[in-house]
Amino acid sequence: MRPELQKLFRMEKLPHIWCPGCGHGIITRAIGEAIAESDINLDKTVIVSGIGCSSRAPGYMNFDTLHTLHGRALAFATGVKLANPELNVFVITGDGDATAIGGNHFIHAARRNIDLNVILFNNNIYGMTGGQYSPLTPTGKMASTSPYGNPENNFDIPALAIAAGASYVARGTAFHDKLLIECIKEGIKNKGFSLIEAMSMCPTSYGRRNKMGNAADMLNDLKRIAVNINVAKKLPPEKLEGKFLIGKLHHKPYPEFTQEYDKLILKLQKGAE
Amino acid sequence: MSPKARLIQGNRACAEGAIAAGVRFFAGYPITPSTEIAEIMSEELPKLSGKFIQMEDEIASMSCIIGASLTGKKVLTASSGPGISLKQEAIGYACMTETPCVIVNVQRLGPSTGGPTSSAQGDIMQARWGTHGDHPIIALCPSSVYECFTLTITAVNFAEKYRTPVYVMLDEIVGHMREKVVLPDADEIEVIDRKRPTCPPEEYKPYQIGESLIPAMADYGTGYKWHVTGLFHDETGFPSGNPQVIDAQFKRLMAKFKKYEDEILLWEETETKDAEILLVAYGSTARSALEAVNILRTEGIKAGLFRPITIWPFPEKVLKTLAGKVKKIIVPEMNYGQLFLEVERVCKDKTQVSGLFKVDSLPIAPDEITAKVREVL
Ligand SMILES: Cc1ncc(C[n+]2csc(CCOP(=O)(O)OP(=O)(O)O)c2C)c(N)n1
Ligand code: SF4
Ligand SMILES: [Mg+2]
Repeated sequence: MRPELQKLFRMEKLPHIWCPGCGHGIITRAIGEAIAESDINLDKTVIVSGIGCSSRAPGYMNFDTLHTLHGRALAFATGVKLANPELNVFVITGDGDATAIGGNHFIHAARRNIDLNVILFNNNIYGMTGGQYSPLTPTGKMASTSPYGNPENNFDIPALAIAAGASYVARGTAFHDKLLIECIKEGIKNKGFSLIEAMSMCPTSYGRRNKMGNAADMLNDLKRIAVNINVAKKLPPEKLEGKFLIGKLHHKPYPEFTQEYDKLILKLQKGAE
Repeated sequence: MSPKARLIQGNRACAEGAIAAGVRFFAGYPITPSTEIAEIMSEELPKLSGKFIQMEDEIASMSCIIGASLTGKKVLTASSGPGISLKQEAIGYACMTETPCVIVNVQRLGPSTGGPTSSAQGDIMQARWGTHGDHPIIALCPSSVYECFTLTITAVNFAEKYRTPVYVMLDEIVGHMREKVVLPDADEIEVIDRKRPTCPPEEYKPYQIGESLIPAMADYGTGYKWHVTGLFHDETGFPSGNPQVIDAQFKRLMAKFKKYEDEILLWEETETKDAEILLVAYGSTARSALEAVNILRTEGIKAGLFRPITIWPFPEKVLKTLAGKVKKIIVPEMNYGQLFLEVERVCKDKTQVSGLFKVDSLPIAPDEITAKVREVL
C-alpha cells in the first residue's frame, strides 16, 4: 500500500478477518482510495457500519469509527451527521444489513436526503451468519435457509434508493474497482444522500453452495455480467437480459436535510432578534 | 400566583429540565402518553441551535441519539410502552459502549398496546433487565411536576458524569398532571459535562481502567479517531475475545456504579422516625401513599413512607435499616408486584412485607392503601 493510503488504515489491526477471496477487502480499499483522492478533513470524518462481515471494515480504517447494531447504521449515522453537520459521514453496510433488517432506515435516510455516503457491500447473502438468503439472493439460488432454492424476489437497490429520494446513486463491483472509486468520489462530492452499491462476492457462504467456482471465477462473473450504463444506452434491451448496470445511475441534487435544518435555526434566531 | 409560578404538565417540566441541563439533541417517535415531550423539544431546540428529529421508529430514535451523543451533544429521547420495548437493543448498546443518553419512559398500561392513556408502573423490571445480558442501569422516578424538572436534570448529569444511559420513569399520571411550579433559574442549576480527554490521541484509551473507573470520552471529529463497538472490547475500544479482558472490563462497568452509589442513590422519607407501618411507594402511587400516611396518623396509626427516587440501582441499605425498625411494610404498585420483589428481597429477614397491586387502568387511591394497612395490622 502506498503511504497516503496506509495512513487511512489501522495497519496494526491487519490482517483482516475476511476469508481468502472475499470481495469486501477490495471494496474497503476502494473506499480508502476514494477518500485519499478527495479533499476531505480526515479528523472530521466518521465511518459508521452495522453488523455483518462488511460492517467489520471500519475497524481497519483510521477515523472515528462506529460499529453499531444489525440494520441500524443509518439511524446512528443520522444522529452523528445531524448533531454535527461539519462531519463527513460514511456508512458501510451489507445487503442484509441495509435492505432486510435496516430497510426502513434505508428508505427514510434517502427520503431525508441527508448527506451520508453509503457504500452497500452486496454479496447476495448473509455472509457473517453462514449463508442464509438475503433480500438480494437471486430467486432460485441456494442458501442455508433456502435448501430448495430461494423462493423470494429481490430488491433492485438503486431503484429503491432513487424512488426513496437518494440524490446520487451508482453501482460498481469488486472487479471494476477503478469505476467504483470514481463513483464513491462523486458520492462524496454530492451534498445529500449518496448510495453506492458495490457488488461483492462471498465464495465461502454463497459461491460454494451455488457451484460458482473459486474467487477468481466469481470475479470473472462480475466482469461478465456488468454493463457500463454508457454502453448500455446503445444496446438493444435483449442484450441486457441477465445483466446489471454499473456506473452513475442517478444524480439529481436537491436541498440537503442538515443544511435545511441549519437554515431553520438561523431563521428562528433572526426572528428572535 | 407569584410572577414565576406556572401551571404546567409533568411532560413539559421534563422537557424543560432536559433543556436546562444542556440537552441539545432529541430524536423520537410519537406515542401516548409521552408525545408532548417531543412536541416541546421540536419547538424549543432549534431556537437554541439544538436539533430535533422525528425518526421512522423508536429503534431509529434510540440509535440516532447514541450517534449524536458521540459527537459530544447531550441527548434525550422519550417514549412509552411499545416504543420503550423497541428501544431495548440500542439501550444495551449504550450500556456496552458507555454512551451518555437519557430515556424518558412515560409508563402506560401494558403489555402490548395495552392502555395508551392509562397510567401504570409495569415497566420497572423492564428498565432493569429489558435489554439482554448483565448490565448496570440508572432509573429515576419522579412523583411530581416539579420533580419531573429536577430529576431530568439529575438524569442528564448522571448520564454525562457516569457515561451511562439513564431512564426517567414517569407514569401517565405524573406526565399528564398539571401542578403549579416555580422552576429554578439557570444560575441555581448544577450542570455536569462529561469528562473529555486531555492526552494526545496516540495515548487515548476510551475504556481505560483508571482510578475513577469512568474513562474520558472524546467527541467525534476532534482527532482522537477512536472505535466504538457493541462487541466486548479492550481499553482501546477494539474487539477482544480474551476472557481476562472481558472480565476486567465487565468488572469495571459494574464497579463504576457501586463506587458512586452514594451519589446515585436518592430517596425521600416521610414520618419514618417512629413508624410502625412503612409504605414503600414511588411515582404517582407515592402521592396516594403520602395521603394515606396523613389519614392513618390522624387515626393514631404510626405510618411512614419510604419513597425511592432512584429505583435502579435500588437503595437497599437504607431500606434494610428502616425495615429493622418497623412492624410491617406495604408496597402499593400499579403492577403485579415488580418493585415489591426487590423490597421483599431486601426486607424479608427483618419484617413482613405485603403488596397492594392494582392493574385495572385506575390509580391506587389513598383509601385503598389505608384499608390494606388496617387489614395487615
Ligand atoms: C438483531 C440481530 N439479528 C440478527 C443478527 C445476526 N446477524 C449478524 S450479521 C447478519 C447478516 C449480515 O449480512 P449482510 O448485512 O449481508 O452482511 P455480510 O456479512 O454479508 O457482509 C445477521 C443476520 C444480529 N447480529 N442482530
Ligand atoms: S463469509 Fe463471505 S462475506 Fe464473510 S468474510 Fe467470508 S467470504 Fe467474505
Ligand atoms: Mg451480505
